[in-house]
Amino acid sequence: MPKAHESRRKERLDRGVKVRSDGVYAVASWREMAFLLGPRLLLIAGLLIMPLLLMPVPYWQKVLTIICIYSMLAIGFDFLAHYVGLVSLGGALYIGVGAYIAAILNTEMGLPLWATIPLATVLGGGVCTVLLWPCLPLRGVYFAIVSLMFPLLAARLIEAFDIFGGTDGIMGLDGFPNRWSEMYVLIICLLLALFALRQLVNEDVGLVFRGVKDNDQSVKASGIDITRYKALGVFIASSLGCLGGACLAHIYMWAGISQFALDFSIIPIAATVVGGGGTLAGPVIGCLILVPISELLRDFGTLRIAVYALILMAFIVFKSEGLMSYGARKYNQFEHWVEI
Amino acid sequence: MAGEPILSVRDVNKTFGGVKALTEVSFDLMPGDILGVIGPNGSGKTTLVNVITGFVKADTGQVLYKGKNLVGTAPHKIADQGLTRTFQVMRPYYSLPAYKNLIVPLFSPRARRTGGWRGGGRMGSRDTVAVDILEEIGFERESYVPYKTASSLPTGYLKRLELARCLALRPEIIICDEVFSGLSMSEMASMVPLMEKLQMEGITLIMVEHRLRELFRLANRVMVLNFGAKIAEGVPVEVMADKQVKEAYFGSEEVFSYV
Repeated sequence: MPKAHESRRKERLDRGVKVRSDGVYAVASWREMAFLLGPRLLLIAGLLIMPLLLMPVPYWQKVLTIICIYSMLAIGFDFLAHYVGLVSLGGALYIGVGAYIAAILNTEMGLPLWATIPLATVLGGGVCTVLLWPCLPLRGVYFAIVSLMFPLLAARLIEAFDIFGGTDGIMGLDGFPNRWSEMYVLIICLLLALFALRQLVNEDVGLVFRGVKDNDQSVKASGIDITRYKALGVFIASSLGCLGGACLAHIYMWAGISQFALDFSIIPIAATVVGGGGTLAGPVIGCLILVPISELLRDFGTLRIAVYALILMAFIVFKSEGLMSYGARKYNQFEHWVEI
Repeated sequence: MAGEPILSVRDVNKTFGGVKALTEVSFDLMPGDILGVIGPNGSGKTTLVNVITGFVKADTGQVLYKGKNLVGTAPHKIADQGLTRTFQVMRPYYSLPAYKNLIVPLFSPRARRTGGWRGGGRMGSRDTVAVDILEEIGFERESYVPYKTASSLPTGYLKRLELARCLALRPEIIICDEVFSGLSMSEMASMVPLMEKLQMEGITLIMVEHRLRELFRLANRVMVLNFGAKIAEGVPVEVMADKQVKEAYFGSEEVFSYV
C-alpha cells in the first residue's frame, strides 16, 4: 500500500482502454498497445516457433500437426455451439469427408496436393452442409445426437458397400514435400481461421449468428431466414474440419474409415471445455494441453482413458469457465503504479 | 372508410389437440387504423397474432395481406413483406448493448431494401441508424441508454426495444402483443403518444391488450375474443355497450366507470 504522502496509486493496466471505449480500442500509448497485442502475438509467435523448438524430437513435431487439426475442429465446434447455437458432435464426419474427398481428387483425378486441400475444404464443407441440412431445425441435444450418428453411419456404409476402398481405405496419396511444409501449412491455416472467426463474430453478420443462438424467434420476426444462417454456420465449421481432414489424409498418405473415429468428435469438445467455450482461442489452448497429455498417457494403455477423464472432471468441477476465460480475467486485473 | 383492407382475416380456425384456440375468426383491417384486440386470458389473442405472423399455421381459413394469402408462409417471409410483431414476453439479445439488438433486423433483406425506418440505413452505418431509431422511441442518448446492455434495462425500455426491432424493418403493420403489460403508470403514459406517433407516420397497428383505458383512447376499432371466437367488433363506444361483451369479459359494469 502507498503511504499517505505518496502521490501515486495502483491502477489496472486496461483502465485507459476501458474508460475511453467499450470494445472499440482507442489505443493511446505503446504500453496499452503492448497490453492488447501481447497475448495475441504470444500465441502467433509461439505457434510459429514451436516446430523449430521441437526439431530434436520429430515425433512431437507430428503431434503438433495433430494438435493443429484438432484445434481447427475445436474452433469450429466452439463457433457452432456458442455463436450459432448448434451443438455438433459431427467432428469425425468433417474429418472423414475432407480426407476422402482429398484422397479421391488426388488418386483418381491426379490433382496435386496444393489443389486437393483447398478443393476438399470447400467441397467437403458443401457436402457436410447438405448432409446436415435436414437436421437444422433441430436444436440442443437433438441436433447433437443426429450429428453424432453421421460419422458412424458413414463408416458403416463404406464398410458394408465396400465403396471408396472399403475397409482398406484409399492408399497412395501424395505426402507433403517435407515435414516443415506440413507443419507450417497447418499452423498458418489455424491462425488464419482463428483470427478470421474472431473477427466474423463481431461483425454485423456475426451478430445475426449470435441472435440465432440467443433467440431464434426474434430473428425470424426480424425477417431473416434462420435456416440459411444455420447452414452458413455449419458450412464454416465443417470446412475447417474438412481442411483438417484433407491435411490428415495427405500426412498419412491414406484415407480410411478410422478417420471417422469418435476421437475427432469428442476431443474438440473436451478441448473447448478445458479452454473455455465462446472464446475461440480457448479451444486451441485446450488442444495444446489435451492432445499432448493423451500422447504422454499412451504408456498407461487403457488406463489412459481413466486419467484423461479425471483431468476433464477436475476442469469441469474446479475451472468450469475454462482456462481462456480465467486467464483473460486475470490478465485484465494486472495493476501498475500511476503518478497522480 | 373507403378502400381495400390491408389485412383481412377470413374464417380462421385453429385447434391445439382438442382445444379450440380460434373458431371462425374474421376481421378486416384498414390502412392507418389501430385495431384493438381484447379478451379474457386464454381467449386466443396471442394465437391469433401467431397465426397472422406465421409462427403458427391456421388449420383452415385465410389471412389475406394486400390480397395475398399468408397461411403457410414462413414467419421470416411474412416479416419481410412488412407485417411485423412484438412478443408478449420480450426477447431481446440480453448479452448485447441495446443498439446492437437492432443490428439483426437492420441486417435483414427488407431493411437493406428499404433502408430501415425512414430509410436512414441507406446513408449511415447500421450502428448509427440503430441509435437514431432508439432515440426516437425514447432511449435518451444523452444518458447513454442506447449503449446499455439489454439485460440491464427495465421492462419499459425492453418493450420499446421490441417496437424498435419492428420499426427497423420499416413495417407497414405492427402487431403489438401486450406492449402495456408490466409497465408502470408513467411508462404507460409515455407509451400512448408513441403509438399515436406511429399511427401518424402511417403505420397500421393491431394492439392486443389487457389495459382497456389506454387501448380505448388509441384504437379506432376494437374486437373482442372469447374462447377463441369473435363476440363483438366495432368502435370502442359500441363495444363497451355490448351486453355479450360485458358478460363474457368484464362481468360487471363498474369497469367502465373509469374508461
